[in-house]
Amino acid sequence: MIVVVDYKLGNLFSVAKALEYAGAQVKVSSAAEDLRAATHIVLPGVGAFPRGMQNLRNTGLIEVLNEEVLEKKKPFLGICLGMQLLADKGYEHEESAGLGWVKGEARKLEAGGLKVPHVGWNDVTAKEGSKLFEGIKQGSDFYFVHSYQLHCADPGAVAATTTYGEAITAAVEQDNIYAVQFHPEKSQDVGLKLLENFLRHA
Amino acid sequence: MLKARLIPVLLLKEGRMIKTKQFGGYRDVGNPRTVAKVYDAQKADELIFLDITATQEGRQALLETITAVAEECFMPLTVGGGISTLAAARELLSRGADKVAINTAALERPEFITELADAFGQSTVVVSIDFKKNPDGKPEVYAARGTKPTGLDPVAWAKRAEALGAGEILLTSIDREGTMAGYDLDMTRAVAEAVSIPVIAHGGAGTIQDLVDGIALGKASAVSAGSLFHFTDQSVFKVHSHMRQAGLPVRT
Repeated sequence: MIVVVDYKLGNLFSVAKALEYAGAQVKVSSAAEDLRAATHIVLPGVGAFPRGMQNLRNTGLIEVLNEEVLEKKKPFLGICLGMQLLADKGYEHEESAGLGWVKGEARKLEAGGLKVPHVGWNDVTAKEGSKLFEGIKQGSDFYFVHSYQLHCADPGAVAATTTYGEAITAAVEQDNIYAVQFHPEKSQDVGLKLLENFLRHA
Repeated sequence: MLKARLIPVLLLKEGRMIKTKQFGGYRDVGNPRTVAKVYDAQKADELIFLDITATQEGRQALLETITAVAEECFMPLTVGGGISTLAAARELLSRGADKVAINTAALERPEFITELADAFGQSTVVVSIDFKKNPDGKPEVYAARGTKPTGLDPVAWAKRAEALGAGEILLTSIDREGTMAGYDLDMTRAVAEAVSIPVIAHGGAGTIQDLVDGIALGKASAVSAGSLFHFTDQSVFKVHSHMRQAGLPVRT
Protein backbone atom coordinates (compact mmCIF):
# COMPACT_ATOMS: atom_id res chain seq x y z
CA MET A 1 0.00 0.00 0.00
CA ILE A 2 1.21 3.46 -0.97
CA VAL A 3 0.38 6.22 1.47
CA VAL A 4 -0.10 9.74 0.15
CA VAL A 5 0.50 11.99 3.14
CA ASP A 6 -2.47 14.23 3.79
CA TYR A 7 -1.19 17.37 5.46
CA LYS A 8 -3.96 19.63 4.18
CA LEU A 9 -2.06 21.12 1.28
CA GLY A 10 -2.71 20.73 -2.40
CA ASN A 11 -4.43 18.45 -4.82
CA LEU A 12 -4.15 15.01 -3.25
CA PHE A 13 -6.93 13.65 -5.41
CA SER A 14 -4.91 13.75 -8.62
CA VAL A 15 -1.77 12.32 -7.01
CA ALA A 16 -3.78 9.40 -5.61
CA LYS A 17 -5.60 8.78 -8.90
CA ALA A 18 -2.39 8.91 -10.94
CA LEU A 19 -0.68 6.42 -8.59
CA GLU A 20 -3.70 4.12 -8.87
CA TYR A 21 -3.53 4.45 -12.63
CA ALA A 22 0.15 3.51 -12.43
CA GLY A 23 -0.88 0.32 -10.66
CA ALA A 24 -0.69 1.09 -6.95
CA GLN A 25 -3.07 0.55 -4.08
CA VAL A 26 -3.32 3.99 -2.55
CA LYS A 27 -4.43 5.40 0.77
CA VAL A 28 -4.55 9.12 1.47
CA SER A 29 -3.88 9.48 5.18
CA SER A 30 -2.41 11.50 7.99
CA ALA A 31 -2.35 8.61 10.46
CA ALA A 32 1.04 7.48 11.82
CA GLU A 33 -0.02 3.80 11.73
CA ASP A 34 -0.75 4.08 8.00
CA LEU A 35 2.71 5.51 7.36
CA ARG A 36 4.20 2.64 9.36
CA ALA A 37 2.23 0.08 7.34
CA ALA A 38 3.00 1.70 3.96
CA THR A 39 5.34 0.15 1.42
CA HIS A 40 5.97 3.58 -0.17
CA ILE A 41 5.32 7.12 1.11
CA VAL A 42 4.42 10.04 -1.17
CA LEU A 43 4.52 13.64 0.03
CA PRO A 44 2.77 15.96 -2.43
CA GLY A 45 2.04 19.60 -1.69
CA VAL A 46 1.29 22.93 -3.23
CA GLY A 47 1.74 26.13 -1.27
CA ALA A 48 4.25 27.98 0.82
CA PHE A 49 7.24 26.39 2.57
CA PRO A 50 6.58 27.60 6.14
CA ARG A 51 2.94 26.56 5.94
CA GLY A 52 3.98 23.15 4.63
CA MET A 53 6.31 22.59 7.60
CA GLN A 54 3.73 23.97 10.00
CA ASN A 55 1.08 21.60 8.66
CA LEU A 56 3.46 18.65 8.90
CA ARG A 57 4.23 19.57 12.51
CA ASN A 58 0.51 19.97 13.24
CA THR A 59 -0.24 16.49 11.94
CA GLY A 60 2.53 15.19 14.20
CA LEU A 61 4.04 13.22 11.34
CA ILE A 62 7.60 14.51 11.24
CA GLU A 63 8.89 11.97 13.75
CA VAL A 64 7.25 9.01 12.04
CA LEU A 65 8.41 10.25 8.61
CA ASN A 66 11.98 10.45 9.94
CA GLU A 67 11.70 6.92 11.33
CA GLU A 68 10.17 5.36 8.23
CA VAL A 69 12.18 7.16 5.58
CA LEU A 70 15.54 7.94 7.18
CA GLU A 71 15.92 4.95 9.50
CA LYS A 72 13.89 2.19 7.85
CA LYS A 73 14.74 3.46 4.35
CA LYS A 74 11.20 3.18 3.04
CA PRO A 75 10.86 4.41 -0.56
CA PHE A 76 9.75 8.03 -0.52
CA LEU A 77 8.64 10.40 -3.28
CA GLY A 78 8.28 14.16 -2.70
CA ILE A 79 6.39 16.20 -5.28
CA CYS A 80 6.71 19.97 -5.81
CA LEU A 81 6.58 21.53 -2.32
CA GLY A 82 7.06 17.96 -1.06
CA MET A 83 10.51 18.09 -2.66
CA GLN A 84 11.44 21.54 -1.39
CA LEU A 85 10.54 20.58 2.19
CA LEU A 86 13.37 18.02 2.12
CA ALA A 87 15.88 20.89 2.27
CA ASP A 88 17.65 22.10 5.39
CA LYS A 89 16.09 25.51 4.98
CA GLY A 90 13.57 27.45 2.96
CA TYR A 91 13.33 31.18 2.31
CA GLU A 92 9.69 31.63 1.28
CA HIS A 93 8.22 34.56 3.29
CA GLU A 94 10.90 33.97 5.95
CA GLU A 95 13.86 31.75 6.67
CA SER A 96 12.56 28.50 8.12
CA ALA A 97 13.80 24.98 8.76
CA GLY A 98 12.86 22.09 6.48
CA LEU A 99 13.06 18.34 7.04
CA GLY A 100 16.80 18.39 6.35
CA TRP A 101 16.85 15.06 4.48
CA VAL A 102 18.61 16.46 1.42
CA LYS A 103 21.45 18.92 2.02
CA GLY A 104 20.52 22.23 0.48
CA GLU A 105 18.15 25.17 0.49
CA ALA A 106 14.88 26.11 -1.20
CA ARG A 107 15.35 29.58 -2.68
CA LYS A 108 13.35 31.91 -4.92
CA LEU A 109 13.80 31.40 -8.67
CA GLU A 110 16.21 33.86 -10.24
CA ALA A 111 14.72 33.25 -13.72
CA GLY A 112 16.68 36.14 -15.27
CA GLY A 113 13.74 38.40 -15.98
CA LEU A 114 11.39 35.59 -17.06
CA LYS A 115 7.88 35.31 -15.61
CA VAL A 116 7.65 33.88 -12.09
CA PRO A 117 6.01 31.50 -11.17
CA HIS A 118 7.56 29.12 -13.70
CA VAL A 119 4.31 27.67 -15.07
CA GLY A 120 4.01 25.15 -17.85
CA TRP A 121 5.75 22.35 -19.70
CA ASN A 122 9.53 22.32 -19.74
CA ASP A 123 11.97 19.72 -21.01
CA VAL A 124 13.86 17.72 -18.45
CA THR A 125 17.36 16.29 -18.79
CA ALA A 126 17.95 13.24 -16.63
CA LYS A 127 21.31 11.96 -15.44
CA GLU A 128 22.43 8.63 -16.75
CA GLY A 129 21.29 5.80 -14.53
CA SER A 130 18.37 7.68 -13.02
CA LYS A 131 15.75 5.22 -11.84
CA LEU A 132 12.83 7.63 -12.05
CA PHE A 133 13.51 8.43 -15.70
CA GLU A 134 14.21 4.91 -16.91
CA GLY A 135 12.58 4.39 -20.30
CA ILE A 136 11.54 8.05 -20.53
CA LYS A 137 12.84 9.85 -23.60
CA GLN A 138 15.57 12.35 -22.73
CA GLY A 139 14.24 15.92 -22.98
CA SER A 140 10.59 14.96 -22.37
CA ASP A 141 8.38 17.82 -21.18
CA PHE A 142 6.94 17.77 -17.68
CA TYR A 143 4.49 20.21 -16.08
CA PHE A 144 6.00 22.69 -13.60
CA VAL A 145 4.33 25.24 -11.32
CA HIS A 146 6.65 26.83 -8.79
CA SER A 147 8.41 30.00 -7.65
CA TYR A 148 11.13 28.39 -5.49
CA GLN A 149 13.58 25.62 -6.16
CA LEU A 150 15.74 23.20 -4.22
CA HIS A 151 19.44 24.00 -4.56
CA CYS A 152 21.24 20.79 -3.56
CA ALA A 153 24.54 21.14 -1.72
CA ASP A 154 25.61 17.76 -3.15
CA PRO A 155 25.37 17.75 -6.95
CA GLY A 156 25.32 13.97 -6.75
CA ALA A 157 21.80 14.13 -5.33
CA VAL A 158 20.45 15.85 -8.45
CA ALA A 159 18.85 13.31 -10.80
CA ALA A 160 17.48 15.69 -13.41
CA THR A 161 17.45 19.35 -14.35
CA THR A 162 15.56 21.79 -16.50
CA THR A 163 16.37 25.35 -17.55
CA TYR A 164 14.37 28.47 -16.85
CA GLY A 165 16.67 31.48 -16.89
CA GLU A 166 18.92 29.32 -14.69
CA ALA A 167 19.46 25.62 -14.05
CA ILE A 168 16.62 24.17 -12.02
CA THR A 169 16.68 21.00 -9.97
CA ALA A 170 13.92 18.93 -11.55
CA ALA A 171 14.50 15.69 -9.64
CA VAL A 172 16.47 14.29 -6.73
CA GLU A 173 17.51 10.70 -6.07
CA GLN A 174 19.36 9.98 -2.85
CA ASP A 175 19.21 6.39 -1.59
CA ASN A 176 15.54 5.66 -0.95
CA ILE A 177 14.58 9.34 -1.23
CA TYR A 178 13.15 10.46 -4.56
CA ALA A 179 11.67 13.85 -5.34
CA VAL A 180 10.47 15.85 -8.32
CA GLN A 181 9.82 19.58 -8.68
CA PHE A 182 7.30 19.08 -11.50
CA HIS A 183 3.93 17.37 -11.22
CA PRO A 184 4.08 13.82 -12.59
CA GLU A 185 0.36 13.46 -11.85
CA LYS A 186 -0.25 16.34 -14.29
CA SER A 187 2.31 15.40 -16.93
CA GLN A 188 0.17 12.97 -18.94
CA ASP A 189 1.91 9.81 -20.22
CA VAL A 190 5.51 10.63 -19.20
CA GLY A 191 4.34 11.55 -15.70
CA LEU A 192 2.49 8.27 -15.29
CA LYS A 193 5.56 6.40 -16.54
CA LEU A 194 7.70 8.17 -13.92
CA LEU A 195 5.28 7.16 -11.16
CA GLU A 196 5.39 3.56 -12.44
CA ASN A 197 9.19 3.72 -12.27
CA PHE A 198 9.02 4.91 -8.67
CA LEU A 199 6.66 2.05 -7.77
CA ARG A 200 8.79 -0.53 -9.54
CA HIS A 201 12.33 0.50 -8.70
CA ALA A 202 12.16 2.19 -5.38
CA MET B 1 12.89 25.74 -22.64
CA LEU B 2 9.45 26.57 -21.31
CA LYS B 3 6.77 25.86 -23.91
CA ALA B 4 3.99 28.15 -25.06
CA ARG B 5 0.78 26.61 -23.74
CA LEU B 6 -2.31 25.84 -25.77
CA ILE B 7 -5.39 25.67 -23.57
CA PRO B 8 -8.90 24.71 -24.69
CA VAL B 9 -11.58 26.47 -22.66
CA LEU B 10 -14.72 24.53 -21.78
CA LEU B 11 -17.67 26.69 -20.88
CA LEU B 12 -20.15 24.84 -18.67
CA LYS B 13 -23.76 25.42 -17.76
CA GLU B 14 -25.86 23.02 -15.71
CA GLY B 15 -23.41 20.21 -16.40
CA ARG B 16 -23.39 20.67 -20.17
CA MET B 17 -20.76 22.26 -22.33
CA ILE B 18 -21.90 25.36 -24.18
CA LYS B 19 -20.56 28.12 -26.40
CA THR B 20 -21.43 31.78 -26.30
CA LYS B 21 -20.77 34.80 -28.44
CA GLN B 22 -19.81 38.05 -26.70
CA PHE B 23 -21.02 36.38 -23.49
CA GLY B 24 -24.57 35.77 -24.86
CA GLY B 25 -26.42 33.37 -27.16
CA TYR B 26 -25.91 29.92 -25.62
CA ARG B 27 -25.37 26.85 -27.79
CA ASP B 28 -25.08 23.36 -26.37
CA VAL B 29 -21.94 21.74 -27.73
CA GLY B 30 -21.73 18.51 -25.81
CA ASN B 31 -20.68 16.50 -22.82
CA PRO B 32 -17.67 18.08 -21.12
CA ARG B 33 -16.20 14.75 -20.00
CA THR B 34 -16.10 13.40 -23.54
CA VAL B 35 -14.63 16.61 -24.90
CA ALA B 36 -12.00 16.77 -22.13
CA LYS B 37 -10.86 13.23 -22.93
CA VAL B 38 -10.38 14.15 -26.56
CA TYR B 39 -8.29 17.21 -25.63
CA ASP B 40 -6.23 15.09 -23.24
CA ALA B 41 -5.58 12.49 -25.95
CA GLN B 42 -4.54 15.26 -28.33
CA LYS B 43 -2.02 16.56 -25.75
CA ALA B 44 -3.61 19.87 -24.91
CA ASP B 45 -1.29 21.58 -22.40
CA GLU B 46 -4.00 22.38 -19.86
CA LEU B 47 -7.77 22.70 -19.65
CA ILE B 48 -9.81 25.60 -18.30
CA PHE B 49 -13.40 25.02 -17.19
CA LEU B 50 -15.55 28.10 -16.73
CA ASP B 51 -18.94 27.43 -15.18
CA ILE B 52 -21.79 29.89 -15.63
CA THR B 53 -24.39 27.84 -13.82
CA ALA B 54 -26.63 29.63 -11.41
CA THR B 55 -28.35 26.72 -9.67
CA GLN B 56 -27.30 24.39 -6.85
CA GLU B 57 -27.87 21.35 -9.09
CA GLY B 58 -25.61 22.91 -11.66
CA ARG B 59 -22.85 23.44 -9.08
CA GLN B 60 -23.13 19.79 -8.10
CA ALA B 61 -22.85 18.82 -11.77
CA LEU B 62 -19.67 20.92 -12.02
CA LEU B 63 -18.07 19.09 -9.09
CA GLU B 64 -18.99 15.74 -10.61
CA THR B 65 -17.62 16.78 -13.98
CA ILE B 66 -14.29 17.93 -12.51
CA THR B 67 -13.90 14.73 -10.51
CA ALA B 68 -14.72 12.57 -13.52
CA VAL B 69 -12.26 14.47 -15.70
CA ALA B 70 -9.52 14.41 -13.05
CA GLU B 71 -9.88 10.63 -12.72
CA GLU B 72 -9.04 10.15 -16.37
CA CYS B 73 -7.08 13.17 -17.57
CA PHE B 74 -3.71 13.57 -15.87
CA MET B 75 -3.16 17.15 -16.94
CA PRO B 76 -3.55 20.58 -15.31
CA LEU B 77 -7.15 21.64 -14.74
CA THR B 78 -8.26 25.17 -13.90
CA VAL B 79 -11.83 25.75 -12.76
CA GLY B 80 -13.64 29.06 -12.47
CA GLY B 81 -17.12 30.44 -12.11
CA GLY B 82 -18.85 31.80 -9.04
CA ILE B 83 -16.07 30.98 -6.57
CA SER B 84 -16.34 33.49 -3.73
CA THR B 85 -15.29 31.62 -0.59
CA LEU B 86 -12.25 29.67 0.56
CA ALA B 87 -14.57 26.72 1.18
CA ALA B 88 -15.78 26.71 -2.43
CA ALA B 89 -12.20 26.84 -3.69
CA ARG B 90 -11.12 24.10 -1.29
CA GLU B 91 -13.94 21.85 -2.45
CA LEU B 92 -12.97 22.21 -6.12
CA LEU B 93 -9.29 21.64 -5.32
CA SER B 94 -10.13 18.54 -3.31
CA ARG B 95 -12.25 17.22 -6.18
CA GLY B 96 -9.43 17.37 -8.72
CA ALA B 97 -8.95 20.99 -9.80
CA ASP B 98 -5.36 22.29 -9.71
CA LYS B 99 -6.08 25.98 -9.96
CA VAL B 100 -9.12 28.14 -9.35
CA ALA B 101 -10.03 31.14 -11.47
CA ILE B 102 -11.78 33.99 -9.71
CA ASN B 103 -13.30 37.07 -11.26
CA THR B 104 -16.28 38.92 -9.74
CA ALA B 105 -15.41 37.91 -6.17
CA ALA B 106 -11.93 39.40 -6.59
CA LEU B 107 -13.40 42.64 -7.90
CA GLU B 108 -15.85 42.85 -5.01
CA ARG B 109 -13.27 41.93 -2.40
CA PRO B 110 -9.70 42.14 -3.72
CA GLU B 111 -8.25 40.71 -0.49
CA PHE B 112 -9.89 37.40 -1.47
CA ILE B 113 -6.96 36.96 -3.89
CA THR B 114 -4.52 37.15 -0.96
CA GLU B 115 -6.61 34.80 1.18
CA LEU B 116 -6.61 32.19 -1.59
CA ALA B 117 -2.88 32.60 -2.22
CA ASP B 118 -2.12 32.23 1.49
CA ALA B 119 -4.32 29.16 1.81
CA PHE B 120 -3.43 27.30 -1.39
CA GLY B 121 -0.32 28.94 -2.83
CA GLN B 122 0.06 31.72 -5.35
CA SER B 123 0.31 29.34 -8.30
CA THR B 124 -3.18 28.03 -7.56
CA VAL B 125 -4.83 31.41 -8.02
CA VAL B 126 -5.80 32.54 -11.52
CA VAL B 127 -7.39 35.97 -11.69
CA SER B 128 -9.77 36.14 -14.61
CA ILE B 129 -10.24 39.62 -16.10
CA ASP B 130 -13.07 40.33 -18.56
CA PHE B 131 -12.83 43.63 -20.38
CA LYS B 132 -14.75 45.53 -23.01
CA LYS B 133 -13.88 48.65 -24.97
CA ASN B 134 -16.18 51.58 -24.28
CA PRO B 135 -17.52 53.60 -27.24
CA ASP B 136 -14.57 55.99 -26.83
CA GLY B 137 -12.18 53.02 -27.21
CA LYS B 138 -11.15 52.95 -23.56
CA PRO B 139 -10.88 49.42 -22.14
CA GLU B 140 -12.79 48.74 -18.95
CA VAL B 141 -13.00 45.73 -16.64
CA TYR B 142 -16.46 44.20 -16.27
CA ALA B 143 -17.74 42.06 -13.41
CA ALA B 144 -20.61 39.57 -13.24
CA ARG B 145 -19.97 38.01 -16.63
CA GLY B 146 -19.82 41.24 -18.57
CA THR B 147 -22.85 42.90 -17.00
CA LYS B 148 -21.27 45.25 -14.45
CA PRO B 149 -18.82 47.97 -15.46
CA THR B 150 -16.23 48.56 -12.73
CA GLY B 151 -14.45 51.69 -13.92
CA LEU B 152 -11.16 49.79 -13.66
CA ASP B 153 -8.47 49.74 -16.29
CA PRO B 154 -7.44 46.14 -17.17
CA VAL B 155 -3.70 46.85 -16.89
CA ALA B 156 -4.05 48.56 -13.51
CA TRP B 157 -6.31 45.78 -12.21
CA ALA B 158 -3.92 43.06 -13.44
CA LYS B 159 -1.01 44.76 -11.64
CA ARG B 160 -3.03 45.04 -8.45
CA ALA B 161 -4.10 41.38 -8.72
CA GLU B 162 -0.45 40.38 -9.08
CA ALA B 163 0.51 42.43 -6.04
CA LEU B 164 -2.28 40.77 -4.05
CA GLY B 165 -1.03 37.26 -4.86
CA ALA B 166 -2.39 36.17 -8.24
CA GLY B 167 -0.30 33.48 -9.93
CA GLU B 168 -1.69 33.95 -13.45
CA ILE B 169 -4.02 36.25 -15.34
CA LEU B 170 -6.71 34.92 -17.70
CA LEU B 171 -7.48 37.91 -19.90
CA THR B 172 -10.73 37.81 -21.86
CA SER B 173 -11.91 40.32 -24.42
CA ILE B 174 -15.72 40.34 -24.19
CA ASP B 175 -15.94 42.10 -27.57
CA ARG B 176 -13.99 39.31 -29.23
CA GLU B 177 -15.31 36.30 -27.29
CA GLY B 178 -16.95 33.77 -29.62
CA THR B 179 -16.44 35.98 -32.69
CA MET B 180 -13.35 34.15 -33.99
CA ALA B 181 -12.03 37.57 -35.07
CA GLY B 182 -8.69 37.26 -33.29
CA TYR B 183 -7.48 38.28 -29.82
CA ASP B 184 -7.27 41.89 -28.74
CA LEU B 185 -3.50 41.80 -29.18
CA ASP B 186 -2.83 45.34 -27.98
CA MET B 187 -4.51 44.76 -24.63
CA THR B 188 -2.97 41.31 -24.28
CA ARG B 189 0.49 42.76 -24.80
CA ALA B 190 -0.19 45.73 -22.53
CA VAL B 191 -1.18 43.41 -19.67
CA ALA B 192 1.55 40.82 -20.36
CA GLU B 193 4.23 43.50 -20.31
CA ALA B 194 2.85 45.14 -17.17
CA VAL B 195 2.92 42.05 -14.95
CA SER B 196 5.63 39.51 -14.20
CA ILE B 197 3.19 36.59 -13.85
CA PRO B 198 1.99 34.57 -16.87
CA VAL B 199 -0.93 35.88 -18.93
CA ILE B 200 -3.35 33.59 -20.79
CA ALA B 201 -4.92 35.23 -23.85
CA HIS B 202 -8.61 34.44 -24.29
CA GLY B 203 -11.50 35.59 -26.45
CA GLY B 204 -11.55 35.68 -30.21
CA ALA B 205 -9.13 33.04 -31.51
CA GLY B 206 -10.54 31.82 -34.81
CA THR B 207 -7.50 30.73 -36.76
CA ILE B 208 -4.19 29.11 -35.99
CA GLN B 209 -2.52 32.40 -36.88
CA ASP B 210 -4.51 34.08 -34.09
CA LEU B 211 -2.98 31.66 -31.60
CA VAL B 212 0.51 32.24 -32.96
CA ASP B 213 -0.07 36.00 -32.79
CA GLY B 214 -1.28 35.74 -29.18
CA ILE B 215 2.15 34.43 -28.16
CA ALA B 216 4.38 36.20 -30.68
CA LEU B 217 2.70 39.62 -30.74
CA GLY B 218 0.47 39.57 -27.65
CA LYS B 219 3.40 38.30 -25.52
CA ALA B 220 1.05 35.92 -23.72
CA SER B 221 2.52 32.83 -22.02
CA ALA B 222 -0.48 30.77 -23.07
CA VAL B 223 -3.28 30.98 -25.60
CA SER B 224 -6.76 29.62 -25.09
CA ALA B 225 -9.68 28.99 -27.38
CA GLY B 226 -13.15 27.51 -27.40
CA SER B 227 -14.85 28.06 -30.73
CA LEU B 228 -11.71 27.29 -32.72
CA PHE B 229 -11.78 23.70 -31.50
CA HIS B 230 -15.55 23.26 -31.50
CA PHE B 231 -16.55 24.84 -34.78
CA THR B 232 -13.59 24.25 -37.10
CA ASP B 233 -11.63 21.16 -38.05
CA GLN B 234 -8.58 22.38 -36.12
CA SER B 235 -7.36 19.91 -33.55
CA VAL B 236 -4.87 20.47 -30.75
CA PHE B 237 -2.43 18.30 -32.74
CA LYS B 238 -2.69 20.49 -35.81
CA VAL B 239 -2.44 23.71 -33.88
CA HIS B 240 0.63 22.54 -31.98
CA SER B 241 2.27 21.54 -35.22
CA HIS B 242 1.53 24.91 -36.85
CA MET B 243 2.76 26.78 -33.81
CA ARG B 244 6.00 24.82 -34.03
CA GLN B 245 6.35 25.65 -37.71
CA ALA B 246 5.85 29.30 -36.82
CA GLY B 247 8.92 29.04 -34.61
CA LEU B 248 7.18 28.95 -31.23
CA PRO B 249 8.39 26.56 -28.55
CA VAL B 250 5.68 23.91 -28.15
CA ARG B 251 5.53 20.41 -26.74
CA THR B 252 6.44 17.59 -29.06
